[in-house]
Amino acid sequence: MFAYLVKRVFQAIAVMFVISLIAFAIQGNLGDPLRELVGQSVSEEVRQQLREELGLNDPFLAQYLRFVSNALQGDLGTSYFFKEPALDVILKKLPATLELVLGATIIIIGLSVPLGVYTAIKPNTILSRGIMGLSIVGISVPVFLTAILMIFLFSVELGWLPSFGRGDIVPVWGYWETNFATADGWLHILMPSIALASIMLPLFVRLIRAEMMEVLQSEYVRYATAKGINPWRIYFVHALKNTLLPVITVGGVQIGTMVAYTILTETVFQWPGMGFMFLEAVNRVDTPLIVAYLIVVGGIFVVTNTIVDLIYGLVNPTVNLARMGA
Amino acid sequence: MSLLSVRDLNVKFAMRDETVTALNGISFDLAKGERLGIVGESGAGKSITGFALMNLLSRPGFIDSGEILFDGQDVVTMNNKQLREIRGNRIAMIFQDPMVTLNPVLTIGQQMVETLRAHRKVSHEEARQIAVVKLREVYIPSPEERLDQYPHELSGGMRQRIIIAIALLLDPQLIIADEPTTALDVTIQADIMELMLELCQSNQVGLILITHDLGVVSQMTERTLVMYAGRIIESGRTRSIINDPQHPYTQGLINALPQQTQPGERLRQIPGNMPTLAQIPSGCAFNPRCEFATDTCRSQIPKISQYGEVEVACHEVHRLQLETQLEDQEA
Repeated sequence: MFAYLVKRVFQAIAVMFVISLIAFAIQGNLGDPLRELVGQSVSEEVRQQLREELGLNDPFLAQYLRFVSNALQGDLGTSYFFKEPALDVILKKLPATLELVLGATIIIIGLSVPLGVYTAIKPNTILSRGIMGLSIVGISVPVFLTAILMIFLFSVELGWLPSFGRGDIVPVWGYWETNFATADGWLHILMPSIALASIMLPLFVRLIRAEMMEVLQSEYVRYATAKGINPWRIYFVHALKNTLLPVITVGGVQIGTMVAYTILTETVFQWPGMGFMFLEAVNRVDTPLIVAYLIVVGGIFVVTNTIVDLIYGLVNPTVNLARMGA
Repeated sequence: MSLLSVRDLNVKFAMRDETVTALNGISFDLAKGERLGIVGESGAGKSITGFALMNLLSRPGFIDSGEILFDGQDVVTMNNKQLREIRGNRIAMIFQDPMVTLNPVLTIGQQMVETLRAHRKVSHEEARQIAVVKLREVYIPSPEERLDQYPHELSGGMRQRIIIAIALLLDPQLIIADEPTTALDVTIQADIMELMLELCQSNQVGLILITHDLGVVSQMTERTLVMYAGRIIESGRTRSIINDPQHPYTQGLINALPQQTQPGERLRQIPGNMPTLAQIPSGCAFNPRCEFATDTCRSQIPKISQYGEVEVACHEVHRLQLETQLEDQEA
């Protein structure tokens, strides 16, 4: 187990190195940072001097090495717009995004398993066909459209749910303020979570259904029936556990992808999270913030994938993490 | 009264554009504690017969007509609850491939305990104790430790022993074993068969052994059914069938045994292949592969009837008998 973790950490470092290289390489192609920093009224000599001071005239490799050595000390640069360390800006926005992803994940896990199992067990009922039809619609309609339609229906027409912002949030620890402590907070996070879940949920329903149907054809399910086991036990103990093994792997990747999808959801709902911030940073050509965002999101990907692999090892008895380290 | 009585069982498969017949008029009886072999090539309908007996056919297969009386009750008309009470409890099944029969994510203990608790009101602890006793009966070393192991930690032979132990858990009256050793090493096959014979005899359990191995049938069973293309073509006491087969197909099967050939000689085989269900020839289904086939064979389906010590479904059985006698005299 420990050996496996050490191995994973080394892999993670390699991945982060590649991400940082790409992120840093983008930096040079995003326009002149000087223009953002000092505006247009500064003379060319002062500009050259600033360039020299900021190290913008150094060769690429020297700049990159300086960037990495700073990054290793927790310094991902200073945001041009906020005049604050980019990492701090992101960390302040991170909890809002993570809570949104959490809300969507709860919806996905809570609904996809029962819906997927039901549509696999009773594939020919009207309800199953309805669910499968809706899932196609869910996958096909883009998040921003779902979000706008929901705002139109539930906020504008019916007036049930707030259409933007986080509402009443309660500080918990550090930068972390939670939506889950007040009723108003719950109301505010409901629609953005559903919008964010709207693509992944149908995907998971279909994935679970397909896997489950295959598992139900397997010899060990037939054998369990031949032993006189209750069908509910066969579905939820014998079949579901085997169904979820591949779903966990795909799910881990998708949670990472969902962090990326938050850009759209957060923008539509004016959700003060990382994704919304990233879009603003792009508009402002706030290069250090863009680079820092890419690196943080890359880090989230690496961490979630590692956690998912560990969970997979715990659920699947044929995977031996202790031996995999060797 | 016999333990199991199958009468005119017909099983069909609903394919996309037609319904094909997989089992045609299967009838046989099994006495209490009796051991019956069902033999035939792949596709003869042996396994389908085994699954049909537990009403466990998977779609698109279904029982079209017929009776399967187990202890006087008709399995065909039972509801799911009644079927659950019989399955695993009074009739147990041993599947073909132990590598895929046990659930890979559940421990041996879980899979044994759930079976016991599905049928008997016992505590988890009691169930584990019974499981250990049964594992000992099938000669599993250190059974207590095995209970907490997963299937992948055990060898194929070990797993098949565990499946036999699960079959014996509830002291059933009948075990249906569907080619229980086909997936195993030859060296282990004999052990497993010996074990099954020993356990069936000592516990007075009936056995239906589905196999293509006539050698195994002759060691294990008292009576034998020979199947071809979904019909029983010969049945009778195993000894009679092995020593004096009447149907040309049965003769072909026995001649194909390696023991029937001198070392260095070419192994004999029956020419041609088993027809698929959708293309069963008219008349006797075996006629295209049969060297004795006549026009009658090609047009009329032979009925099974008593001939000497066995029942056989062949138009030419009398002529064959004469020819063999003549050959014997010449020799």
